[in-house]
Amino acid sequence: MIVWRAIAAAIFLVTGPALLAAEIPPDARRSGYAFMGPDTRAMQDDDTANPGMLFVLDGEQLWKKKTGSADRACADCHGDARTSMKGVAARYPAFDKALGRPVTLDQRINLCRAIHQQATPLPYETRDLLALSAFVAHQSRGNPITAGDDPQLKPFVDQGRDLFMQREGQLNLACTNCHDDNFDKRLAGAPITQGQPTGYPLYRLEWQTLGSLERRLRSCMSGVRAQAYDYGSPELVALELYLMSRARGLPMETPAVRP
Amino acid sequence: MAALINVPSKAKRGEIIEIRTLTSHIMETGFRHTADGKLVPRDIITSFICRYNGAEVFRADLFPAIAANPYLSFFTVAKESGKFEFEWIGDNGYSSTASASITVE
Repeated sequence: MIVWRAIAAAIFLVTGPALLAAEIPPDARRSGYAFMGPDTRAMQDDDTANPGMLFVLDGEQLWKKKTGSADRACADCHGDARTSMKGVAARYPAFDKALGRPVTLDQRINLCRAIHQQATPLPYETRDLLALSAFVAHQSRGNPITAGDDPQLKPFVDQGRDLFMQREGQLNLACTNCHDDNFDKRLAGAPITQGQPTGYPLYRLEWQTLGSLERRLRSCMSGVRAQAYDYGSPELVALELYLMSRARGLPMETPAVRP
Repeated sequence: MAALINVPSKAKRGEIIEIRTLTSHIMETGFRHTADGKLVPRDIITSFICRYNGAEVFRADLFPAIAANPYLSFFTVAKESGKFEFEWIGDNGYSSTASASITVE
């Protein structure tokens, strides 16, 4: 009996630290790029082979196109995106003073459309919204992620961290169970990454199109058989914010390519 | 529709050059159904043509199994300075063109 107890205690001591999710130290953080094969890396690295660049080109056209009843283009206020939008996406989701909560880049584009262009919002995951956010985020390629540095965002980052650590769905898994504790291993044939959102919106070969981080989060949620949060819900924004703050310092890659 | 073309801007006469093209298209197979059981009609690019100063140098037929945003890469011999013209033709009267120029020394 005592022997069994000793063995049980020894097992607990050995496995205990691994079961308690620890955040990944800053110098061990790696983009999903590091987990990909050479073919997919080559596709992302070559701007004429990266299908995400097609959306960036479309976004550049939309940036210059006058729209809404105000008949204004993004460029009429923001000018040349190459300078005005440089580094912007690296700090999103950002705190909006008027709303008193963080907004994602997609939501910021739609707020701009509503307030300054007097145009209808673009629905989530539509080609135009993805193209615009890809074009804006592309201007930050290479810039280190700084999202979540604003002290006003603290409670929302904490909310996102709680959601990341919270088990959910019929499989009863939390994000942390795979992406903090088991990265570098495999789930079926696919590598488990750290879940660092460095290249969104990104071209996912499985989707055959560009998609947002929210789409990726929702597909992970249906993967653990949980009810996915709606696009734009405060929970998804908080998760997105936590993930970006977790990837602090990693360079932006938009538009990334992922399998 | 947006297209990305990669043709070397300069080449030596007689040199073999690689041309890479990428174009936007959903390439809907025609085999998928919506959640309520309706068939999504086929919408694909069916052919691609590349002309070098008016002469056809490459042609490809595309089929439903080809992924969205088709990427095609092929080779030709640089003969004279001029223009490459690319044309994608597809279902529902789809047509898209692009061009790129080359200087041959």
